[in-house]
Amino acid sequence: MSAPSTAGRPLAGWGRTAPTVALVATVSAADDVVRAVASAPERGILARGLGRSYGDAAQNAGGLVLDMTRLDRIHAIDAEARLVDVDAGVSLDVLMRALLPLRLWVPVLPGTSQVTIGGAVAADVHGKNHHVAGSFGNHVRSLDLATADGAVRTLAPDDPATSALFWATVGGMGLTGIVLRVTLAVQPVETSYFVVDTERAANLDELMERLVEGDHRYPYSVAWFDALTTGHRLGRAVLTRGRSATRDDLEALAPELRRTALALRRPSRGTVPRGMPPRLLNRLTARAFNELWFRVSPAAARRDVQDVTQFFHPLDVVQDWNRLYGPRGLCQYQFAVPDGAEEQFRRCVRVIAESGHVSALNVLKRFGPRNPAPLSFPTAGWTLAVDIPVSAGLDGLLRRLDAMVLDAGGRVYLAKDSRLPATTLAAMYPRLDEFRQCRAEVDPTGRFASDLSRRLAL
Amino acid sequence: MINALGVPQRLLLLGATSDIAQAVARRYAADQPLAVVLAARPGPRRSEAAAALAALGCPVEEVDFEATDTAAHAEVVRTAAAGGDIDVALVAFGVLPDAEEAWNDVGTAVAAAQVNYVGAVSVGVALAAQLRRQGHGVVVALSSVAGERPRRSNFVYGSTKAGFDAFYTGLGEALREHGGRVLVVRPGFVRSKMTTGMEAAPLSVTPEEVAEAVVNGVANGKEQLWVPGPMRAVMSGLRHVPRPVFRRLPI
Ligand SMILES: Cc1cc2nc3c(=O)[nH]c(=O)nc-3n(C[C@H](O)[C@H](O)[C@H](O)COP(=O)(O)OP(=O)(O)OC[C@H]3O[C@@H](n4cnc5c(N)ncnc54)[C@H](O)[C@@H]3O)c2cc1C
Ligand SMILES: NC(=O)c1ccc[n+]([C@@H]2O[C@H](COP(=O)([O-])OP(=O)(O)OC[C@H]3O[C@@H](n4cnc5c(N)ncnc54)[C@H](OP(=O)(O)O)[C@@H]3O)[C@@H](O)[C@H]2O)c1
Repeated sequence: MSAPSTAGRPLAGWGRTAPTVALVATVSAADDVVRAVASAPERGILARGLGRSYGDAAQNAGGLVLDMTRLDRIHAIDAEARLVDVDAGVSLDVLMRALLPLRLWVPVLPGTSQVTIGGAVAADVHGKNHHVAGSFGNHVRSLDLATADGAVRTLAPDDPATSALFWATVGGMGLTGIVLRVTLAVQPVETSYFVVDTERAANLDELMERLVEGDHRYPYSVAWFDALTTGHRLGRAVLTRGRSATRDDLEALAPELRRTALALRRPSRGTVPRGMPPRLLNRLTARAFNELWFRVSPAAARRDVQDVTQFFHPLDVVQDWNRLYGPRGLCQYQFAVPDGAEEQFRRCVRVIAESGHVSALNVLKRFGPRNPAPLSFPTAGWTLAVDIPVSAGLDGLLRRLDAMVLDAGGRVYLAKDSRLPATTLAAMYPRLDEFRQCRAEVDPTGRFASDLSRRLAL
Repeated sequence: MINALGVPQRLLLLGATSDIAQAVARRYAADQPLAVVLAARPGPRRSEAAAALAALGCPVEEVDFEATDTAAHAEVVRTAAAGGDIDVALVAFGVLPDAEEAWNDVGTAVAAAQVNYVGAVSVGVALAAQLRRQGHGVVVALSSVAGERPRRSNFVYGSTKAGFDAFYTGLGEALREHGGRVLVVRPGFVRSKMTTGMEAAPLSVTPEEVAEAVVNGVANGKEQLWVPGPMRAVMSGLRHVPRPVFRRLPI
């Protein structure tokens, strides 16, 4: 373990809002972590992965933060049993590259592959396949957790003695302990490509209808929608839905890719420089962007073959794109509402589009059934995510949305949140007390803490 | 914690009965109730201030605070932080002595220096320790344009604010690497109980206008601001006026 820096380092989330200073130590072995937990300072200790949560989840002001990205061994890949045994600091990107030659695939991929296994467990991340595959926790067979008492416990969802702590750790935002190692079930694939159907929807009603009607035909489904256009074209969208391509698919649709069927290409289009001028992204450029995105998509449905980057991670091509949002950073607002709340969901979309605030990256999708984790975000129904640069008036808009989401029986995603009031969060997650109780048992003195846990009284 | 939009959860007012301090608390509470710690001398003014904020839905704590009792300041800050991190601390206490008395009477001059400068430095050191400990937080220091260039009409008060301003400006630099921030606020003439009975100077503002500027300044990560905004240009101009001319200005 590197000795914790004595000067402290400012840490922020991907949204680059509300940075705070903590001591940071890099750990490279499980023993390092256990030792660090034992000597946790008064302000507590917290694991940090690749810092891709948007808000303050991976910050611990005045305390100790463990950089987990050097705890990064892939211990074993059992292609037969389709199980991998990996350290918590391994990124999904690295894992994906290790698995592909063996015709295996990470079962849940969020919108960036630059997240660690530990971060994926702690936020119980979801991907475009949630409606069929559930979230990350559904695929974890067991995990090792360093707990406040200095022990390392192996937890499994099917072990009655440990399942409660297992599920509290899934979606538990690092507050039950530090995940050291994970056994994950993976999926078989034949190629690294995807057969993707792209189509446009003229407005929100058409979009929602098509998602309800057709999602069961696709393991992967997501829609990008225009969050600026109002009126009868409100919610016009581009749907991209697909499935993993088989070798026969490549044969039929893209024979030139057969020779590289398991390749993983990731072009880099450069980095956004530091100190970008404020608000390069403004209403004008965002409108142009929205218009362009809609226009370049085919008016009639189109089927093609896309690689991982095109289909899953178009944003990973540009490093540090979050700097585009200017010095005050950006706020990501992602919420989910249950089936039956379509009317409220539409109203939320309208309020966002009519607000005058600019969001360029707007994702809408349907979720499948939830898992047993008390703080897991996804629940059957609808989810929507918008990226809004911080500016005056945003607080009012988001509090208005909070009230609408709450009224619809919905909730906001903690991995994206950076501003929710504690009372609203408690109302959105009715099982919060169950989580708190589990935490109180495993960490009675509150050794694990984060800015998020302080802000939301988790 | 201060959230991504600059909204604090817990506010400490030092000199909580100040009209400007009250306006700042009300301005925050208007958006959503927040915990407020009222550090002030006990008395009906503090009780009324506490009741007014409680009526807005804010959890309120009262802590005894005397600016000249510097030995007690560390404890005041510790008590205020016992219930949670101090997200924003407003240094609002101050006295404005009669200007002529102040330079003729030792007691008056020293008392002003002790409250406005010595007390503020002492409180600043105690707040700095707390902000370093928590790794975040903002100190809002109510300085004054009077400290920017001393005037014949008001130089004792002006000198206390000059020292105050230099201290908090420097403190901001020192706290940067520890996660703390300092916002130095330089109002012109504010129509508060401090200035009742005085003739309002040009560009005078209300405590509410100062509060609005403070709340926006905290949210925007500002390190210094003037109220009203144009006062900055005025003061910048005045700094360069030759002394013989400055002397004859009716200010
Ligand atoms: C462009 C982009 C797209 C995204 N798309 C999606 C998406 O589609 N779906 C989705 O679900 N999320 C998405 N996210 C959010 C992201 O997947 C989560 O925030 C994820 O938790 C980030 O992982 P990380 O390794 O960066 O963790 P960090 O951000 O560093 O930490 C997140 C949380 O995990 C905890 N943690 C990290 N490591 C450990 C560990 N070893 N043990 C215990 N706790 C730990 C931290 O304490 C913190 O609470 C996206 C983020 C970005 C930037
Ligand atoms: N008003 C202006 O024109 C103006 C302009 C620029 C800057 N400022 C500065 O802004 C700050 C707030 O002023 P304001 O306009 O709000 O005036 P205010 O209402 O008079 O507030 C000043 C407060 O300071 C407190 N105080 C005085 N001596 C104290 C002591 N020894 N110990 C503890 N508290 C003491 C008083 O509390 P009690 O209730 O206990 O007496 C009073 O409430 C001051 O620092 C002032 O110098 C004011």
